[in-house]
Amino acid sequence: MEPKNEALLEIQNLSVSFRMYEHGLEQKDLKVISDLNLTVFPGEIVAIAGSSGSGKSLLASAILGILPDNAALRGHFYYKGRELTEKRQKQLRGTELALVPQSVAYLDPLMKIGAQADGHYRPRLTEKRNSLFERFHLPKHTQRLYPFQLSGGMARRVLVSTALLTDARLIIADEPTPGMSLDQALEALKMFREMADEGRSVILITHDIDLAFEVADRVAVFYAGTTVETAPASDFKAGPRALRHPYSKALWRALPQNGFEPIPGFQPYAGSLPKGCLFAPRCPFKTAQCENQLPPVRRLRGGEVRCYYGS
Amino acid sequence: MALEAKNVSFRYHRRQPWILENQSIRLERGERLAILSPSGYGKTTLALLLAGYLKPETGQILLEGKPLPKSGLCPVQLIYQHPEKAINPRWRLKRVLEESGELREDVLEAFGIERAWLDRFPRELSGGELQRFCVARALMSGADYLICDEISAMLDVITQAQIWKIVLEEAKRRNMGLIAITHNRHLAERIATRILSLTKPPLPPTSF
Amino acid sequence: MKKLNNRTRTLLLTALLFVLLTAIYACGLLLSEDAVTGSFLNAKQPPSLSHPFGTDALGRDLFLRTLKGLSVSITVGLSASVISAVIAVLVGMVAAAGSKRADALVSWCIDLVMGVPHTILILLISFALGRGLKGLLIGIAATHWCSLARLIRGEVLQLRSQQYVAVSRRLGKSGGWILTNHLLPHLAPQFFTGLVLMFPHAILHEASISFLGFGLPPEQSAIGIILSESMRYLSTGMWWTAVLPGLTLVLIVLLVDKLGECLALLLDPYSAQK
Repeated sequence: MEPKNEALLEIQNLSVSFRMYEHGLEQKDLKVISDLNLTVFPGEIVAIAGSSGSGKSLLASAILGILPDNAALRGHFYYKGRELTEKRQKQLRGTELALVPQSVAYLDPLMKIGAQADGHYRPRLTEKRNSLFERFHLPKHTQRLYPFQLSGGMARRVLVSTALLTDARLIIADEPTPGMSLDQALEALKMFREMADEGRSVILITHDIDLAFEVADRVAVFYAGTTVETAPASDFKAGPRALRHPYSKALWRALPQNGFEPIPGFQPYAGSLPKGCLFAPRCPFKTAQCENQLPPVRRLRGGEVRCYYGS
Repeated sequence: MALEAKNVSFRYHRRQPWILENQSIRLERGERLAILSPSGYGKTTLALLLAGYLKPETGQILLEGKPLPKSGLCPVQLIYQHPEKAINPRWRLKRVLEESGELREDVLEAFGIERAWLDRFPRELSGGELQRFCVARALMSGADYLICDEISAMLDVITQAQIWKIVLEEAKRRNMGLIAITHNRHLAERIATRILSLTKPPLPPTSF
Repeated sequence: MKKLNNRTRTLLLTALLFVLLTAIYACGLLLSEDAVTGSFLNAKQPPSLSHPFGTDALGRDLFLRTLKGLSVSITVGLSASVISAVIAVLVGMVAAAGSKRADALVSWCIDLVMGVPHTILILLISFALGRGLKGLLIGIAATHWCSLARLIRGEVLQLRSQQYVAVSRRLGKSGGWILTNHLLPHLAPQFFTGLVLMFPHAILHEASISFLGFGLPPEQSAIGIILSESMRYLSTGMWWTAVLPGLTLVLIVLLVDKLGECLALLLDPYSAQK
């Protein structure tokens, strides 16, 4: 695949592995993300949906270049058509790439909100911040508060506004709506919709698949460290016949409102991934080919799928 | 015979606002009640009160007409939202199960626990797998009532369906009382015989 | 050969340090008193091959005296820090697991002991107990448990609020069972790291109190004694009497400190994967 010019961010064959101690002194490489492909276009919300603890958050760290020391990364990022090197990541981080972290725990507890939101920008962005806070219905005195004085909802809006303050083109939101009902979460995600409509792009990392369907333009289904299917959100609303990958279909059928029927089995561990297709051990349609060879990414009906037989 | 909360009120400190005020709930054995509400409405507090983890400031929690036992095995067991916090990270998972009774082969089968997992440490398993251990631990204790506080909120929908299938089967087989706390209306409709919506917000609505 | 990973390197270093310290300790212990009785024929000699650290005004070999002194230091350091660490664990647990009143009392005691400068407190205790090894030991042990106790108290408080401890209680487990099965194993790393890091403090205090004349008796080969004797001869140009034993003491302290750091690195789950 050639990097396309119109894409804002293109991730090609990204793999992230960790050096971990296995028993005593032996170290082993654990592949947490394997051969992941993802394209983000300007002005769209792409949701990455997968179970928590499956390595989705690492994707955010990888894009920003803030992986821990014992992680190794392979693959390519292209940002605005040019390769996103470590040096460029460092330049763009906080200016064009921004993160909306999971919780207030990411704020400095000893720093007032105003100064914290301004960050290292000089001259201070006070005016812009005030108008942003106003837009998010944060009272004027918020800037004089410390993080512990914020309610959960206020904290979330502060976190989002710090990302917006930067003129970032690409915003990565890591589980922005934990514990909210669908209605609350949708309300919260209106902000992201507004951002996207201004031409920014949003990568929404979430385990809540209902939410992903509702707000995103496209949904990437994350399974065992890779995306098995990327499809327009409308396909997920339409049902299993519109979907391409057997795992996405199984997800749809397991939703309480659809069938609540689980398929058996578990996601494979990072340490013991199957040789071929990652979903093969649980797949009802697997063949010898699936078990031996990782299927390539195919374009199919306006989406992408990593399956030999998806239709 | 039933588990009952009678006019229960709770707050963490005298100077703080009430989290629950004058709440009453009654759950018969064999009944499945879903409590539906978004976060911040005191439902986790209610779960902690019902399972005897917290004491109500006023009102009573009654089990078969008597107060919950203060020590010893509690017949009301709670399963938390985050299994990784509810399991000692330094224990192998075999020990986690044995904390609530002797390990039996048929139990492993029923809860979908693979033998190989028993010798591992919690950090080596995923949330869904750990949650099975929490479910198994709670049910192996011989509890009559089970309180599930968002037990599948952090799991993918397939694992969610797998776990609920196990819980519902056991609850039916043993005629247990079940309270499921969730923010997902579809899930509530799927698993419960009765749905209760907590509506009174404890704090001024600063959330979205 | 492939590059050793961090955990292996740390483990090797830990083993090396441990062997080194044990060797020094054993040397000092096995040396007979005769070895450190000198003759005036050899007095005041600068360092040479036969006397690597030179000899003092009485003709005693300073290298052997230093070794003997170090083994006394290690004895004092080890016993004082073990006693201190055990006190710290007990006190910390009483504070965290007991009543609010016990916690207040313990916290008050910690503040009190920490508020008084260590050296003065050790001097007083050592003096009151008639000086010598016993007084010194008790003095050091009684003053060094505070910060570790405070750490353990915080740790136990945090552990007790863990969900798995609450679950254990509702599964009908007793307080004692929870203590031995859930709490104590979590405290082991803090205990050992605290213990090792307390060790150099104890050694330095032993040397400084003896130097000031309130610790070990002058006939003993202790680093503090050697240093204080050397003061009289420094102005006559006998630099080796102070510099070489002093440097060795610093070296031992650095070694133990490094050992503590290595242990902390191995036991801390956050740095453990690097």
